[in-house]
Amino acid sequence: MIRRLLQAVVVVLLVTVITFILLRLIPGNPAIAIMGPQAYRNPAAIVQFDRVYGFNRPWYGQYWLWLDHLLHFNLGYSYNLNQSVASLLANHLPKTVFLVGISIILALLCAVPIGVVQAVRRNKIVDHFFNGFSTIFYAMPAFLLGILLILVFAIKFPIFPPEGPQGEGLGVLITNFNALVLPIVTLTLITIALFSRYMRSSVLDNLTEDYVRTAKAKGASERRVLLRHVLRNSLIPIATLLGLLLPALFAGALITESVFNYPGMGYLFYQQALKQDYPTLLGIIVVVAVATVVGSLLADIAYAVLDPRVRYVSQ
Amino acid sequence: MSLAGGSPEPIPTDVKPDPLSNIGVAVVAYPGDADAVAAGMLPAGKPRSTFRRGLEVFLENKLAVTGVGIFVFMLLFCFIGPLIYHTNQLQVDFAHEELPPSSAHLLGTDASGFDVLGRLMVAGQVSLEVGIAAALLATIVGVLWGAVAGYIGGFVDSFMMRIVDALLSIPTLFLALVVVSMITPSKPILILVIALTSWLTTSRLVRGEALSLRTRDYVQAMKAMGGGGTRAVLRHIAPNAIGTIMVNATFQVADAIALIVALSYLGLGIRPPQTDWGQMLSNGVQYVYDGYWWLIIPAGFCIVIVIAAAIFIGEGLRDAVEVRLQRR
Repeated sequence: MIRRLLQAVVVVLLVTVITFILLRLIPGNPAIAIMGPQAYRNPAAIVQFDRVYGFNRPWYGQYWLWLDHLLHFNLGYSYNLNQSVASLLANHLPKTVFLVGISIILALLCAVPIGVVQAVRRNKIVDHFFNGFSTIFYAMPAFLLGILLILVFAIKFPIFPPEGPQGEGLGVLITNFNALVLPIVTLTLITIALFSRYMRSSVLDNLTEDYVRTAKAKGASERRVLLRHVLRNSLIPIATLLGLLLPALFAGALITESVFNYPGMGYLFYQQALKQDYPTLLGIIVVVAVATVVGSLLADIAYAVLDPRVRYVSQ
Repeated sequence: MSLAGGSPEPIPTDVKPDPLSNIGVAVVAYPGDADAVAAGMLPAGKPRSTFRRGLEVFLENKLAVTGVGIFVFMLLFCFIGPLIYHTNQLQVDFAHEELPPSSAHLLGTDASGFDVLGRLMVAGQVSLEVGIAAALLATIVGVLWGAVAGYIGGFVDSFMMRIVDALLSIPTLFLALVVVSMITPSKPILILVIALTSWLTTSRLVRGEALSLRTRDYVQAMKAMGGGGTRAVLRHIAPNAIGTIMVNATFQVADAIALIVALSYLGLGIRPPQTDWGQMLSNGVQYVYDGYWWLIIPAGFCIVIVIAAAIFIGEGLRDAVEVRLQRR
């Protein structure tokens, strides 16, 4: 476990190195980018700027300064929005967490039963039906699904608004829940497609295990074997999967938020990518990457807690 | 969601040797071995190669064959189609904009007066070219990275794989968006960006294979004869992992097409006057309130069936390769 923790630390450090390299790759001079092209007329101002913000240091000095800022939760400053990246995230991140969180919960509630039914009725009509369902939604880009939902449920039959809830704070999400339905449905359907495939193969693997035969031999009912034995064991890999799929879910959230103008972190990222606001982009990347590393670390710990076999092997 | 940057089903990173397969190896019957033929161990004539057996399993899979059919059809549609169905995709024609489907324009025209069916072909060329080329490049990079890491092992392996972990923790879409916002993307640049952000899963799989392959007798024998590391990686490890690589490459095609289409939809992919299916969709969305369905549905349909076809092919290939793995 210590080894795993050290690995996570190394990965986080590498993430900061990669982000820093990206930061350095950006064409142009930061002083000019911030003070405007007229700064060329005043070289002293550029020198002054570089000295104040540490751009006169060698690259490792700059990296160290940047890392130091990161450790103090100083993610940089968006000159474009005239706001610190940390405060931007404080505004936008909770909305994304809310959207992704609800979608994951709903997706698990649907994908787990679907996966079990598919595995038990393997190669029957139900299995083929849900296979087709998950392939279509896996192949369908999130934006297409979002557009189709808008087309049907906002324009043809105006039941839900075509835009996500607008405004500051988390309160609008609750008061405007109607507007939240389509974004949540989009992300949930796509997440179900991701999960149900894994769930199906996980249940299939477990159905052939010896303990299933033992339980049946002891006279346990089909239902009890499925719910008490197979389901519990099949859910364990899903914990790891959640950690692994976090980047995919963030990407899905970016697209979903862009389609519905939902003011979360993904939408912020997209808007600032169009405006080449690099401090914001890289700040968000660091946060997302660290969240993913921590998420998969937690998932691995959960795995070891839930499945004693993993602990024995690692000892 | 195809932006997952991975195959839709878990593929084991280390292949467990099937204990039963060793028993099979103990009673090897060589072709042309008269005793074996006489004993009924082998049918007379040529034995079926693992490739043939794999091919048979693949051909039995109806979905996979359908996938190949769809994919070939879409390639013909996009690259040969314009030679048969002539449309003007260069000059805008505002006299004939946003026309509904009719006999003159089978799928109507878009906001610039381009014939939508013809546009689908031209746009598909970009989506398919970028998707396939990026997947190939990503596969090459991933195979080399994974094979080298797995072959060398030790500290180098851990370090190389931690870099992969770090890159994997950044969503591909986010990374690609940053890069394409720095430079105006053209087709080659998009191929490069997508390839360089999506070789990671391949490298993990190939590393797993390399770890198990490097201990095999024939690799050891080659080393004993004085063969170097480059030879081991290029001549032995990469070719022997070819099954896993092919399966992964097919899923890579699906993911790469999904990524280029998403980038173009967001306005940061291919730029006008060139177009692709994602851009067609994002242009069409502006008219969604007017009920111009033909600006959205056909492009969306193309994206979904091409990606689904690639997934079906990948799944068929995986089943076929598993036949090979069982024999090993």
